[in-house]
Amino acid sequence: MKTFHIKRAAAIVLRQYYLMRGSPARVLPLFVWVAVDIVLWGFITKYLNSIASPGFNFAYTLLGAVLLWDFFGRVMLGVTTAFLEDVWSRNFINIFATPLSISEYVFGLVLTSVSTSLIGLAVMMALAMIVFGLSFFVYGLMLVPFLLVLFLFGIALGIFASAVVLRLGPASEWLIWPVPALLSPFVGVFYPLSTLPSWMRIISHLLPPSYVFTGMRTIVLGGKFSGITLLWGGCLAALYIVLAGGFFVRVYRYAARTGLLARYSAEGVS
Amino acid sequence: MNKVLSVDSLHKFYGAKAAVSGISFEVARNEIVGLLGPNGAGKTTTINMILGVLEPTTGTIRIEGRDVTTDRSRALACTNFTAVYATLPGNLTVYQNLRFLGMIYDVKQLSSRIEELLAQFDLKVFRNVKCGLLSSGEQTRVQLAKALINRPHLLLLDEPTASLDPSAAREIRATIRAFTMRDGVGVLWTSHNMYEVQDVCDRALFLSHGKILLEGDPKTLPQEHGKTSLEELFITIAREPLTLGAE
Repeated sequence: MKTFHIKRAAAIVLRQYYLMRGSPARVLPLFVWVAVDIVLWGFITKYLNSIASPGFNFAYTLLGAVLLWDFFGRVMLGVTTAFLEDVWSRNFINIFATPLSISEYVFGLVLTSVSTSLIGLAVMMALAMIVFGLSFFVYGLMLVPFLLVLFLFGIALGIFASAVVLRLGPASEWLIWPVPALLSPFVGVFYPLSTLPSWMRIISHLLPPSYVFTGMRTIVLGGKFSGITLLWGGCLAALYIVLAGGFFVRVYRYAARTGLLARYSAEGVS
Repeated sequence: MNKVLSVDSLHKFYGAKAAVSGISFEVARNEIVGLLGPNGAGKTTTINMILGVLEPTTGTIRIEGRDVTTDRSRALACTNFTAVYATLPGNLTVYQNLRFLGMIYDVKQLSSRIEELLAQFDLKVFRNVKCGLLSSGEQTRVQLAKALINRPHLLLLDEPTASLDPSAAREIRATIRAFTMRDGVGVLWTSHNMYEVQDVCDRALFLSHGKILLEGDPKTLPQEHGKTSLEELFITIAREPLTLGAE
């Protein structure tokens, strides 16, 4: 019978902690780029507030949207970056020729992403509140499920992206970095989905963040947003985690069967 | 149970090409078995299959009676390895590498086990040095420390002394030999150094084109096949395997 050992997953987190502790180059990106984004969009919203008709605060739609989207990006990249550390250091045989199971390994990557993305989220929230006066009370309790849906989808996409790198080789990491930017037009981070042509809207409905940003705008504009709609987004995100996990296991088995895993460190696999 | 490793009718095909063709062998406790053969003979493929990072096409591998394919975690919990192509992450210190890998193997009293290994392999001075900054000989010692961290019952050593000077290599051989005898470990050892194989191995398996051609005591095998040394026997197998019974 296969048993899940949390200690083994914790070892993966510990390795990432050691890497970060000794490397400012790894720690700074956890919050610097998202902080820059918040500062940039904070000033844009200030400017828009100064020229727009009084009574509407752009911070709740634009700055809040940037914050949520950057959080999603950090979660996804938190998983893939932790995975890529093993690619870059050619560590696969050391990792996979041990009792560590695939689920323990992937769970370790997810735990790493939880901790790194929470750091980014805390910095973004502090900046947005203190410097630009963004009050999260305007979103009410819905902020929690908003973050949860984005977190789940970020995890799913991170696992999927890691599997793609495992399958296609180290050079394919360049396909992974722009994924959040590629998705952003479809999920309506800054505009309602009705702005999009119908073929794009079909894709939007398959992407959980679309439900979050629609909900966020509806609440800010004083409308009523159904929790059931968001629940659908959450279920979709949970389904994607299961599918991404299955895809990772499938790719791992392919890599073990074809010898890709054993010779992954060789340049030839890229 | 005396057998620590049982390999039975192991095959590995890449398309139509056979990398390993139906090999069977066993490794017992307190035994060091040399896996010898020219480059491309199938040694590393065999080791990778035993380590569970390469799936056999057919055949079974059992470590302490546990099937590596169906009971992978428990089989690998009592196994460890070193290989020249599997260096430890250079961006972690010696201690950090031993710590996180020790956690994966669920080593009891890990801190004291790490201290013990640092002392045993003369690594205390490098405790907080990143592995990437160590010389190849020092890295080999760290890899051996890592290989012993879980007190394995089966140890796979793929050219463990390849980058060591003769004095360090002799010391490492003595350490592994002592560990094998003391803790009842079975060792599968690949090497291109025939002197080393004669010195350390109880039994040798000669592999060529994915098949075991010869098996026996490395001290007496050369004479049994009309050769003056193990090196001469190795060269014959590498160049003219058919003369020694390959099909």
